[in-house]
Amino acid sequence: MFVIDTITHRLKRGCETMAYPKGPAPALPDRHGGALKVDASKCADGCNACVPVCPTQAIARPNGKPVVLDLGRCIFCAACVEVCPPKAIAQTGDHRMAVRRREDLVLGEPGREQVRLAAALDEKLRRLFGRSLRLRVVSAGGCGGCEADTNVLGTIGWDLSRFGIQFVASPRHADGLLITGCVSKNMELALKKAWDAVAEPKIVIAVGACAIAGGPFVGNPQILNGAASVVPVDLFIPGCPPHPLTILDGLLRLLDRLEQKSETRPVT
Amino acid sequence: MSAATPFALLANATSLPWAEVPAWPVAEFVRETAGELTRGARLCAWFGVSEGSETRLVAVLAFDADNTLAVARSTPFNGAYPSLTTTHPQAHLFEREVWEQHGLTPEGHPWLKPVRRTVGNAPANGEFFRVDGREVHEVAVGPIHAGVIEPGHFRFQCAGEEVLHLEIALGYQHRGVEEALTGGPHLATMSQMETVAGDTTIAHATAHATIMESLAGTEAPLRAQWLRAVALELERLANHTGDMGALAGDVAFLPTMSACGKIRGDFLNLTALICGNRFGRGLVRPGGCLHDLEPERAAQLLARLKTALTDTRQAVAWFWDAASVRARFENVGVVFPAQATEIGMVGPAARACGLVRDVRYDHPAGWHRFAQVPISVWPGGDVFARARVRSLEIRRSGEYLQEQLVSPAEGGLRSELAPPAPDTLAVALVEGWRGEVCHVALTDAAGRFRRYKIIDPSFHNWTGMTLALRGTAISDFPICNKSFNLSYCGFDL
Repeated sequence: MFVIDTITHRLKRGCETMAYPKGPAPALPDRHGGALKVDASKCADGCNACVPVCPTQAIARPNGKPVVLDLGRCIFCAACVEVCPPKAIAQTGDHRMAVRRREDLVLGEPGREQVRLAAALDEKLRRLFGRSLRLRVVSAGGCGGCEADTNVLGTIGWDLSRFGIQFVASPRHADGLLITGCVSKNMELALKKAWDAVAEPKIVIAVGACAIAGGPFVGNPQILNGAASVVPVDLFIPGCPPHPLTILDGLLRLLDRLEQKSETRPVT
Repeated sequence: MSAATPFALLANATSLPWAEVPAWPVAEFVRETAGELTRGARLCAWFGVSEGSETRLVAVLAFDADNTLAVARSTPFNGAYPSLTTTHPQAHLFEREVWEQHGLTPEGHPWLKPVRRTVGNAPANGEFFRVDGREVHEVAVGPIHAGVIEPGHFRFQCAGEEVLHLEIALGYQHRGVEEALTGGPHLATMSQMETVAGDTTIAHATAHATIMESLAGTEAPLRAQWLRAVALELERLANHTGDMGALAGDVAFLPTMSACGKIRGDFLNLTALICGNRFGRGLVRPGGCLHDLEPERAAQLLARLKTALTDTRQAVAWFWDAASVRARFENVGVVFPAQATEIGMVGPAARACGLVRDVRYDHPAGWHRFAQVPISVWPGGDVFARARVRSLEIRRSGEYLQEQLVSPAEGGLRSELAPPAPDTLAVALVEGWRGEVCHVALTDAAGRFRRYKIIDPSFHNWTGMTLALRGTAISDFPICNKSFNLSYCGFDL
């Protein structure tokens, strides 16, 4: 009797897809912390307590200069937040952290306390991809975490396809690559071939600390410290792994689908 | 059985001085190891330790029925030695690995080729096994696969639809995990252990933390051990539920696929409730845990867990009720119990061949010394059995968690650890959701890691999948693959 069971159950549950982005974003877990912000003016003179505790050397404090935190290298362990007495480095609880330029993840200098969130694609690409974006996911030295939290966007709760975004099986069918992992040397050739197989114009999205800068494995001789070593990257989404909400925010930001505005389809 | 062994015995999660590990010339070492394997021991680890320009071999065995582990080593040597694989195929990948890393040649090894070594910008795959014949064709898949999944290369030899042979070449995910541990632990070590296989964060992190605690001679507080056991079962629930959904998806049974895809996330969110991260990163640390599960939080976790378990039970019931699903899974991708024993399979894939092996029961450490989960076994060795074992484990993990969450261990969360003991060998096994996670550490005179060996359950089980494919239609590859769902990065390290 499973057919009747299933139908009854479905009717009872109703639509399980979240209201976001039309409604409010689901809350991050309270211990998640979200993006970090850096207020270097709070740094005590000569203090560099945060520098030696960072497992990925994401923090530096050059002599006499303000502290600099690279959110692209950050794996969000919050060790720096705990050792910083004046709270110069603090958690924002904000899930949004995708950027278009690598340097926009570098925090610390005046006016650069927080990530400079990604701008949308230019008009031409937005008209091409804005309502239909097909991505080929390439895991290159990924641990399965970013892959899982990318994959989850396809489930009924997130329902990525309602935005016209889909993951496809061939680079030939794709408008771009979504890359996870630190890019192992052993994946260099395969990644390059996948990139070459995507037709122009194409985009690249680097998901997770590994794909941005090598993550926990940064500096290992067996890896290339991120996707940008092989292909040009158009969107960086930090995290270890990024929360699915952070990934979705990045994708929608790129396609300019976050602001509530009227349909922009050109009338012909 | 283990009483008469010349090997040094030790329990899971303990250590012993390197000097107390018996050492024999390599021929005798191989013979003794073969003898123990013949008497029913299982090969957990087999690796080389550099000694000047020479190498020692080390074997870690498990006597499951006796709840004990055993270790021995060879004297240092160079060149060739008589292969253990010729009599005990469970050593075949270990010997390939030692050959690749130390240049020791196992004489008589039937298929000696690289495991993960880099040549230029790709792994050195070596020659593939080929079946000759006019009707035979070869299908090459990967390294990049069709889904959102890790890379690996599969080479099928087919006659029509039937797969005669499958060879799997991995190494694409090689990140240098073991190499980076030499001289450690380093600042990044814990984060690297949490990402050896990202969906097995708790199991690998617990194994590493246990190694550090064993080397320090200090246990983590009971409350931390309890919390690790809770997180380990949440990890199992999330992954098993995801796998049930994926199996349903591969036979186009959409109700279970949709439901399980979502419930998997609900389980991941329970782990995030404990530590903020859906995969449990930042929870387990040497000496204990970083986050506590306070009573209010535990109550919230329990309530949400019950809902998720009810949803899972429903979704999985549709699946088993459907004759169309059962018929697709029965007698597909069979691994016989004798094969599973011979190649040393572990975890749910082994238990689906009727083998009763589970670290939580056979080699209890940490909280599992006080509270066990029954072992879930199913005979048959096919896709059906592997799905069935997962389904049973979902139920039992759920029951275990409901018991544990209302009876927490009290006390602190972290112990101060003394520096690691010098010249000591430590072994830790943890039953991850795929099976036995094994970490072995050897310290130098200063207490730093001289050698650190990691064996993800996938290292044992990939061979099982190649056997499952023999005689199966190539169109059944996806359900066979999903029924194992092995890790690429855990293998490639």
